[in-house]
Amino acid sequence: MLEHDIDANRRRILVAAGASTLVGASGLPLSAMAQEAPKRGGHLRLGISDFSTADSLDPTKLHTQFENNIHWLLRNNLVEVGPGGKLIPELAESWSASPDAKTWTFKLRSGVQFSDGKPLTPADVIFSFKLHLGDQTKSGAKPFVSQIAEMKADGPNTLVFVLKDGNVGFPALTSYAGLFIVPDGTTAFDKGIGTGGYTLAEFQPGVKAVLKRNPNYWKAGRAHFDSIELIGIKDSTARANALLTGQLDAYQAVDPKTVRLLERNNAIRINRVKSKAHYVFPMQVDQAPFDNPDVRLAMKLAIDREDIVKRVLGGFGAPGNDHPLSAAYPMFLEGMPQRRYDPEQAKSLLKKAGHSDLRVQLHVSETPFAGATDAAVLFKSHAEKAGINVEVVKVPEDGYWTSVWNKRPLVTSRWSGRVNEDVILSLSYTGDGIKAGWNETRLNDDKINGLVASARREFDEAKRRQMIGDVQQRIHDIGGSNVFAFADFIDAVSTKVRHGELSGEWMLDGARAGERWWFA
Amino acid sequence: MLRLILQRLGFGVLTLFAISLLVFFAVLLLPGDLAEAMLGQSATPEAVAAYRAELGLDRPAVVRYVEWMQGILRGDLGTSLANQRPIGTLVSERLGNTVVLALLAAAIAMPIGLLLGVLSTIRRGGWFDRTATITSLAAISLPEFFIAYGLVAILSVQLGWFPAASFVKSGASLLETLHGLALPALTLALTIIAYVLRMTRAAIVNVLASPYIEMARLKGVSPLNLILRHALPNAASPIINVVILNLAYLVVGVVVVEVVFVYPGLGQLLVDSVSKRDLPVVQACCMIFAATYVLLNLAADVLSVLANPRLRRPRRVE
Repeated sequence: MLEHDIDANRRRILVAAGASTLVGASGLPLSAMAQEAPKRGGHLRLGISDFSTADSLDPTKLHTQFENNIHWLLRNNLVEVGPGGKLIPELAESWSASPDAKTWTFKLRSGVQFSDGKPLTPADVIFSFKLHLGDQTKSGAKPFVSQIAEMKADGPNTLVFVLKDGNVGFPALTSYAGLFIVPDGTTAFDKGIGTGGYTLAEFQPGVKAVLKRNPNYWKAGRAHFDSIELIGIKDSTARANALLTGQLDAYQAVDPKTVRLLERNNAIRINRVKSKAHYVFPMQVDQAPFDNPDVRLAMKLAIDREDIVKRVLGGFGAPGNDHPLSAAYPMFLEGMPQRRYDPEQAKSLLKKAGHSDLRVQLHVSETPFAGATDAAVLFKSHAEKAGINVEVVKVPEDGYWTSVWNKRPLVTSRWSGRVNEDVILSLSYTGDGIKAGWNETRLNDDKINGLVASARREFDEAKRRQMIGDVQQRIHDIGGSNVFAFADFIDAVSTKVRHGELSGEWMLDGARAGERWWFA
Repeated sequence: MLRLILQRLGFGVLTLFAISLLVFFAVLLLPGDLAEAMLGQSATPEAVAAYRAELGLDRPAVVRYVEWMQGILRGDLGTSLANQRPIGTLVSERLGNTVVLALLAAAIAMPIGLLLGVLSTIRRGGWFDRTATITSLAAISLPEFFIAYGLVAILSVQLGWFPAASFVKSGASLLETLHGLALPALTLALTIIAYVLRMTRAAIVNVLASPYIEMARLKGVSPLNLILRHALPNAASPIINVVILNLAYLVVGVVVVEVVFVYPGLGQLLVDSVSKRDLPVVQACCMIFAATYVLLNLAADVLSVLANPRLRRPRRVE
């Protein structure tokens, strides 16, 4: 059927990834590392910055990086995202679609067992997906699962999904964090029963988790450590010290300011990966003065992106270009000119729009990303040269997402990457996104809405690339998103740790370091 | 004496009740609730409503408070809203960690502080006294995190004597535990030694100005004896007070040290729970902190009375 298309697609992504994913890593050359055969054994200790005493093993309540990491040790999805966004069959061996991309048939891997000994069946998958449906659910995966009209088993190893509307990216959606497969009928999730490479030995939410290798793991060439310890450490200095003194083997979210110091230590390697995560000052296009396209453009010309990348991200990132896609997305539009800091042009645009002495309030807190306040103050000084008075309003970190973001006309925001172009674009740049409460700029442009919807149904990769490219250009031209930076993911790891090519979906190799890495 | 204790305990219970009301409604005044705090950026109105309904957050605050109070009277702290775990076990582990660290820090700080305090009064105005004064004032003025990072940089990263992070291992031996806790205990001890030293010195110096000391001195009592046998017993009251207040501080005020050393104590749990608006856990932590203060204050008063023969027997009107 159409598997051929998908395969071709995959290959192209791989090539792109090879060129762009890994920016630089000190220590061993990666090519040498990748060739080395993985070794079994050892106890891996990972330091994780984002955790909470509220952490749980309930797939519908997924809020922290700690939870992502532990879930992917305990459980699997139907499809896994590999380095460079490549889709790897996980519990699904293969999949195919009807020509309208509405009916998807997934072949389930046979002989897979849950850690409680029960065999994996289509009923487990249906149950796991239904957890994210209904009025009672709190799941972030609901918008994806809601696209499914019907799920049914067709024999012992085949699953058929009928979608409400065609979506060529449906297999990618099943890789979403949260859509883990748990045994049919599970009501208490805290034992962590799953089909993953590890089983739960100890879990203290807000402190740590200890996992032991699953001796019956079905996946070949994965899960090399005998045991893994995930440790929650809020303070970035404490994470660095713990690695320096050998209490950790790796940690994520390295403070860019400390990278140079850590690099001096021969026992530590810095892993820097291009990510899809971007920082943005969203303007609500239905609110004055941002309802005027000239004002929006002037604001986007009045920011010095390089300056912010240099000073706030310590150079560990790339300037944004006022749309949400980075080169880490396969359909990134190459060759679009980078918008540059041009206070003079901004000034003349504002004059034309009748806003010669523009005054705006920018609401900011450190909740979206560390350094948000600094970024806002830098923007203020850049904008002054364009005659714009940006008043930086610092608000509390608590409750930022609910009482400030998506409420005030101009705020500070951060987006982690999404699994494919369709998800990020339809979530935050379409009319549907406004209804779902995710479209922070309230951009509701017929052309964009139409292109995003058609691209979702278009199997022809070249045509889809064209459409997604047009959307990027249009958001860049008329949108309210002042996307000023893409942040790299920075992990620090002991040189004893080995790994292949790294994924940029999440920190720590797509939050799957425990399953993918090994000790030298 | 017994009456005094009972009376004070009664007042203590009243204080705890008042604090529980205050904390409960103060948390409600903060913007947002658990549903919004947990969901963060993904707090769509639908998801928030589902969360609230599941946790019963849509019911009036007064009802929730009364239910909580009924639970407490039955000795049931309830379950955490955030992760549905029983608060009893959640808190008891953390409280255990906090108490171990507090006791260790106190065991280092109190004897050293007292000893240095006495020594500096004996050599009042001498180089020892001046060095002790300057160092202790510096230690009080430096923020805890500065001392903590300093100790980590020297004793852990440079010399490698102690671990930089105090991970709690289940089934660790006493020696391992002490080794792991060395740096946080030392950090806390350094700040406390200074207080105890200053207070001991001040209390004794105060007593040394009284006429009976002059009498003793004229009698020819040696300086050491003068301080240990004549001055110290009369200075006991303020010293007991500062020692006990510092113990209370060690239990309730060490969040920064917990964060720097990644030590899972009650402080981190409280901060985490406030930011998640997990009210039952906040209540439980605050009740423990308040009870610590009430009980330790009571202990301080009782010990002061015991240490002072004049207060031991209430004066009777004949």
